[in-house]
Amino acid sequence: MARFILKRLVQSIFVMLAVAFLAFSLFRFVGDPISQMTGVETSVEDQERLREELGLNDPFVVQFIRFTGDILRGDFGYSFRTREPIDAMLLTRLPATLELGTVALMISLVAGIPAGVYTALRPRGIFSQSILIGTLIGVSIPTFVIGILLIFLFGVQLGWLPTYGRGGTVEIGWWRSSFLTVEGWRSLVLPALTLGLFQLTLTMRLVRAQMMEVMRTDHIRFAIARGVPWRSIRYRHALANTMIPVITIIGLQFGGVIAFSIVTESVFQWPGMGLLFLESIRFVDIPVMSVYLVVIAFFFVLINLLVDLLYFAIDPRLRVRESA
Amino acid sequence: MLTRLVQSEGIWLFTRSPAAMLAAVVTIVIVTGALFAPWIAPTDPYDLSSFSLIDGLLPPAWEEGADPRFLLGTDDQGRDLLSSILYGARLSLGIAAVAMAVALVLGVSLGLAAGYLGGRFDAVVMRIADVQLALPAILTALLIDGISRGILPAALHDDLRLAVITLAIALSLWVNFARTARASVFVERNKDYVSAAIMMGQHPVRIMLRHILPNIVGPLLVIATVDLASAILLEATLSFLGVGLPADSPSLGTLIRIGMQYLLSGEWWILWIPTVFLVVLVVAINLLGDFLRDLFNPSLR
Repeated sequence: MARFILKRLVQSIFVMLAVAFLAFSLFRFVGDPISQMTGVETSVEDQERLREELGLNDPFVVQFIRFTGDILRGDFGYSFRTREPIDAMLLTRLPATLELGTVALMISLVAGIPAGVYTALRPRGIFSQSILIGTLIGVSIPTFVIGILLIFLFGVQLGWLPTYGRGGTVEIGWWRSSFLTVEGWRSLVLPALTLGLFQLTLTMRLVRAQMMEVMRTDHIRFAIARGVPWRSIRYRHALANTMIPVITIIGLQFGGVIAFSIVTESVFQWPGMGLLFLESIRFVDIPVMSVYLVVIAFFFVLINLLVDLLYFAIDPRLRVRESA
Repeated sequence: MLTRLVQSEGIWLFTRSPAAMLAAVVTIVIVTGALFAPWIAPTDPYDLSSFSLIDGLLPPAWEEGADPRFLLGTDDQGRDLLSSILYGARLSLGIAAVAMAVALVLGVSLGLAAGYLGGRFDAVVMRIADVQLALPAILTALLIDGISRGILPAALHDDLRLAVITLAIALSLWVNFARTARASVFVERNKDYVSAAIMMGQHPVRIMLRHILPNIVGPLLVIATVDLASAILLEATLSFLGVGLPADSPSLGTLIRIGMQYLLSGEWWILWIPTVFLVVLVVAINLLGDFLRDLFNPSLR
């Protein structure tokens, strides 16, 4: 167990180093930092002096180590566009994206898993068939169209829910939360639905496929042959084995949620990290782009690590293999 | 002979699947319309002299106060919406098709080589694929677009916009092809006909392309169809986010982006007609993809 954790930890560190290297190359070689920071009126001598002062003439490896050290200490540098420190920019936007993503993920799981199980157990039913056709249309509708549809329906036509921004937020330290006010929750509904609907179709399809596969395995057939009641076969034997891959789904979906939050945040003007990233691309704000890359990769690696550990805790077969 | 067998069986199954037939008809109609847009479309939306502000914001022909010259109405500039959509679909489909083709060639070559050669090459390609698979396509495409903006001077970037977007989409889609090709090669590699070819002393490239490739066309075709739909969605999303194509040569995504400004006003057609058009196109292609998947995977039938 300890060896397994250690191995995964070392792997994760290597992945993070690779990402940091990518981010550093992006920062260092895409465009010239000096020409970004200075105007036309800066003399060549001044530019050279600045280059020397900032250590841009140092050997590549030295610069990379300095970059990594800064990131580890939480010093992310300054944005080319706003001249603000990037760590402060991220801290104000991180809670917005995490709250949006969490609620979206919840929607996807709470609705997706039961729907997947149901359609797997009754593949020929009319209700199952209509759910399946619905998901096919669901994966074909781009996220931004779902957003526009929801805005139009609930925001414009019915006027029930706000369609942009976070509404009322409460600050707990630096964490600005929408969870504590009614207005905040109301503002959260449409973006979270938009983000969650696409993930929901994925969850459902994966759970369905997994459940159908499990229902064909030998231990289920044997349970049927033994005369175990259907209820018990389905919800104890089959479902338990279906749930293991579902954990992986959550891990995978986290990536999807982060990526599509860029789109969702753009549609709803949700002040999160996705919107920040989009702005940084539009204005070629390379430092913000590379820091976003590092932060997102960190979350990816962290979640994947947790998923692996959870796997280990849940699936007894892995533990047996490890000790053997 | 084998292909003929699959084809005839495919056609028989095709005639029994109304959804697939409908999807095929819709796809063919839209692709034809897009392909022949310059000859079919009533006006040329890129030609500034062909429309005038006087015709601005006219509703579709079936609504009150419409002008019969404009079947689907006009935008605020007086541009015929039908023409804009046909030209937009032409751009969207063109970009998606080229991106898909690039992804196919890149992915299949790497996948074949990785599967056939194995060893270190395989390990490297698959690690890259793993990393890319963890990064969702939209994020990859956005990153590539951002990097290109940093490398290229602004003026050049605008000129190369089309190429950059196509490349960004292609580079975010190649992984599926590579993985499918590699997995299929692993199955095929140990079969007798490959062993026979190896023993006859044929060149590995020839074995890969002449012997193995024809046998894995099925799964690749399925991926190609599904990825074409993804490419269309990706392009539309990028354009919608404003990092895709500029407003003077609008693709479907750009049209929807422009239409968003009319969300609160009465001019519903400017937003909803391009949106519905896009969704119908992607649903049709995905339905075809589903049909092909069932066709090449008999265990699901």
